[in-house]
Amino acid sequence: MPKTLYDKLWQSHIVEQQDDGNCLIYIDRQIIHEVTSPQAFEGLRVAGRPLADKHAMLAVPDHNVPTGADRATAVNAEDSQIQLDTLASNCQEFDVEYIPMLDARQGIVHIVGPEQGFTQPGMTIVCGDSHTSTHGAFGALAFGIGTSEVEHVMATQTLVLSRLKNMRVDVDGDLGIGVTAKDIALAIIGKIGTAGGTGHVIEFTGSAIRGLSMEGRMTLCNMSIEAGARCGLVAPDQVTFDYVMGRPKSPKGAAFEQAVAYWKTLPTDEGAVYDKEIFLNAEDIAPQITWGTSPEHVLPITGIVPSPDDEPDADRKIAMQRALDYMGLIPGTKLQDVTIDRVFIGSCTNGRIEDIRAVAEVVKGKKVSSNISAWAVPGSGLVKLQAEDEGLDQILIEAGFEWREPGCSMCLAMNADKLGPRERCASTSNRNFEGRQGPKGRTHLMSPAMAAAAALTGHLTDIREL
Amino acid sequence: MDKFIRLRAIAAPLPMANIDTDMIISQNHLKTIKRTGLGVHAFANIRYHDDGSEREDFVLNKPAYRKAEILVTGENFGCGSSREHAPWALKDFGIKCVIAPSFADIFYGNCFKNGILPIKLPQDVIDLLMDDASRGANAIITVDLELQEITGPDGGIVSFEVDPYRRQCLLNGLDDIGLTLQKKDLIATYEAKKRLSQPWLFKD
Ligand code: SF4
Repeated sequence: MPKTLYDKLWQSHIVEQQDDGNCLIYIDRQIIHEVTSPQAFEGLRVAGRPLADKHAMLAVPDHNVPTGADRATAVNAEDSQIQLDTLASNCQEFDVEYIPMLDARQGIVHIVGPEQGFTQPGMTIVCGDSHTSTHGAFGALAFGIGTSEVEHVMATQTLVLSRLKNMRVDVDGDLGIGVTAKDIALAIIGKIGTAGGTGHVIEFTGSAIRGLSMEGRMTLCNMSIEAGARCGLVAPDQVTFDYVMGRPKSPKGAAFEQAVAYWKTLPTDEGAVYDKEIFLNAEDIAPQITWGTSPEHVLPITGIVPSPDDEPDADRKIAMQRALDYMGLIPGTKLQDVTIDRVFIGSCTNGRIEDIRAVAEVVKGKKVSSNISAWAVPGSGLVKLQAEDEGLDQILIEAGFEWREPGCSMCLAMNADKLGPRERCASTSNRNFEGRQGPKGRTHLMSPAMAAAAALTGHLTDIREL
Repeated sequence: MDKFIRLRAIAAPLPMANIDTDMIISQNHLKTIKRTGLGVHAFANIRYHDDGSEREDFVLNKPAYRKAEILVTGENFGCGSSREHAPWALKDFGIKCVIAPSFADIFYGNCFKNGILPIKLPQDVIDLLMDDASRGANAIITVDLELQEITGPDGGIVSFEVDPYRRQCLLNGLDDIGLTLQKKDLIATYEAKKRLSQPWLFKD
């Protein structure tokens, strides 16, 4: 029977098919960070259990790290520092490879894994973080787990899982100018909603997806979780192999050839059946902007702030009104007339080199609007170095951006980087939930190019008109 | 892990869709290295005013619901971040069962690991339970995991489905790591095969 990519990944990791229908699934790799691992290590200690395979793990701090230039000496909040210190000491105690904050390779887990070649096609990859879906861009079965499952993987190298359903999202055709992987992701969420992919793995197919770089595919798979799907997938191809080749933890020489031969067997077979299929036309996708407090509150930049009066469903009407009140928006306002206070370029969604390049291209030789505070936070130390090599940092700094050290930063405001109450931010991150970027802060999600455009004009802006 | 067999308790209505885990426990309370103590911070943004005083209009602040152990809520409950701090916070507050039309996948799984029973039911049944839950101190319902039944305040019974493996773990309070470790040999066999077919995955 023809199989999907997901079917193959699933079946090749079954250790045991249980009588109750669940499977014991082998986990090839686990990445850990400081927020969701301390209780798991503590659990192992209390039960006196060793790690199943320390080589299958990689640790890096990201959520709590300061991102100012003075990070080496900056005094961190006490509770943040405790989490960072706990990660370091746990990794030492259990002999797990740990990338410290001041190492050039440090960065956001979902940027570091691929960069180091830790992420490879055909693997199962987990992390105590929902955006682990990012790694699915390589044709790996990658998903976020809770801390109890982190501990389960640490102790057994497996998880008890039930099989997900197959969903295909096909995006065919050519993307318009100024339209990026982020816009595809937001457009899909707008179409199927934040629960549209619940219980499913989403495989992204179609010529527009094949045409994306690895960075773009990672952006797309990153946001599968915002569509409710625990994993996103893109079939591995030459673009994938080229990206993986030569990275520190990638197989080398003959082993690489052997791996590629295997990876080439992974793509979905002709005639395989999906449980659900969604089709989008790439030409129809305009640059997207969120207006509310859920990623599904999304519209093309040419749209207007919607009115709850037009919403027939009573519960949705209430949710919409609540979102508008929180965001301080009046129905009927043109999205492009909404003025902003802050710009945030970064996160595991859009903190990669291509994203920094896209921003530099827009702001080169121009100035950030005078009332705007604009930040660029590279997703890793290596992204930062690469950007500096290319002179992108200078372009950004000259335009008026603050060029910061790598970390999650203002994506979730667990560190010192936060929006003030009612501050409005053009953000390249992935969640616009209430308070996500700081208490009462207001987030509009968009692509790096769109955020850069907003930085220049001071309001939400259609990149195609700039 | 605590067992969950049968629970007779007050059910609180929280008729909102898409309650995300940021809302259940916000990021400024994730900086803990323990599993306990998060109950006071559960739903903080909708439960407290800026000055820390309680909002009277929030259901769990109302006298009749302060001891609620069951939540009846809207679709896609627990979406967003994978943080297990969300079920830890609910548990620490005293919530042992959440009933909703649908749950986000990661949160759903996290509940079972912490002795919380999440129950999925069709919207029309949820509407009835939401009515039941709206009766203040009389909103007492019984959830029986053994029989897979919910009994409302008026004696009406609804049955529910749950994954048999997870049900078994909850009923017996089983540590699933311990259970999996009993399969060490199976895992070793799988690994040995994989070392031959995909040697590049292994370091030593
Ligand atoms: S960048 Fe944001 S979404 Fe990504 S791992 Fe960090 S906090 Fe989570």
